[in-house]
Amino acid sequence: MSHYIIIVGCGRLGSLLANSLSSAGHQLVVIDRNEAKFDKLSTEFSGFKIVGDAIEMSVLRRAHVEKADYLFAITTEDNLNLMVAQIAKIAFNVPHVIARVYDPAREAIYGEFGIETISPTKLAAQAFLDIMRKDV
Amino acid sequence: MKARIIIVGGDKNVYFLTRQFIQRGDHVTIINRHPIRSRELARQTKATVVLGDGADISRLEEAGARRADVLLSLTSHDQDNLVICQIAKKIFGVPRTLALVNDPDNEVVFQKLGVDVVFNKTKVIVSMIDQIAHFEDIATLMPLAQGRINVTDVVLDAASPAVGKSLQELQLTEGSLIACIIRNDEMVVPRGNTRLLVGDHLILISQPETHEKDLIILCGES
Repeated sequence: MSHYIIIVGCGRLGSLLANSLSSAGHQLVVIDRNEAKFDKLSTEFSGFKIVGDAIEMSVLRRAHVEKADYLFAITTEDNLNLMVAQIAKIAFNVPHVIARVYDPAREAIYGEFGIETISPTKLAAQAFLDIMRKDV
Repeated sequence: MKARIIIVGGDKNVYFLTRQFIQRGDHVTIINRHPIRSRELARQTKATVVLGDGADISRLEEAGARRADVLLSLTSHDQDNLVICQIAKKIFGVPRTLALVNDPDNEVVFQKLGVDVVFNKTKVIVSMIDQIAHFEDIATLMPLAQGRINVTDVVLDAASPAVGKSLQELQLTEGSLIACIIRNDEMVVPRGNTRLLVGDHLILISQPETHEKDLIILCGES
């Protein structure tokens, strides 16, 4: 089944996700402030690119957030990700919203707000500890 | 009533706000992420200054968020203001949070997301410009009593319907008053029989509800 997926932030993670989801047949919209970031998208990427700041409602409307099945907020700014995720969920009723949050303390709070979060810091720490446990 | 106020971020206005609050007897703590600015604020004001990121839970703790009555988040980034207010409320139970929004579209969303007061800077400035553009010869000198009284400087031009009339004939709305007339840089004490001339500056004291009506009586429909 094909989903309508919006990715905010086209850095290393954003472009990786966009490329693989697009080639899997999903409909993609990628938003980034910096047009040069779109260079990381593969030539097979068939989705839309929007240059703009995703905390502006007008940019989200242009991306047709109201139709999205998924929104991933994965810029390098925790607060921006948290704000976009909440707007998508509350103002546009996007069913699945995930925000990347580097600060583990902040991540814990927003779990309680009903926003799904991924903390790379926590994940990496866990991966390190898992390897260590195997060795010891 | 003395309040415990936390102010996060902000530029020059933080200094003036802090000074005002401290004069009133409030207790102010500032969280600012710029070392030089923080040092200046600590030197210039009686506020407690915490250096760091206002969305960082340990900085809020350090700033006494648990006992704060109000938190104002005034950074130039809407996303930071939102998250700071949400953390202050959720984790520290701050009773009142105020966020500055720069993008006017965010005002409603912020209210939905639990911020108590949303200060929409763009909207306030636009409405001020509208007022000035509407009556271009009018400058609001000062709002008094929390904005319930306006003091305005109204300049009469040749098209003003009030020119040539005496103050008696003017019939301003009830509760309004011309406190003073400045004519050729000299003050004229207004009396019932004083006739108004082109170029007169009228210092008008009025109330917001009837302010516009008085301006029409003095300047005509614009």
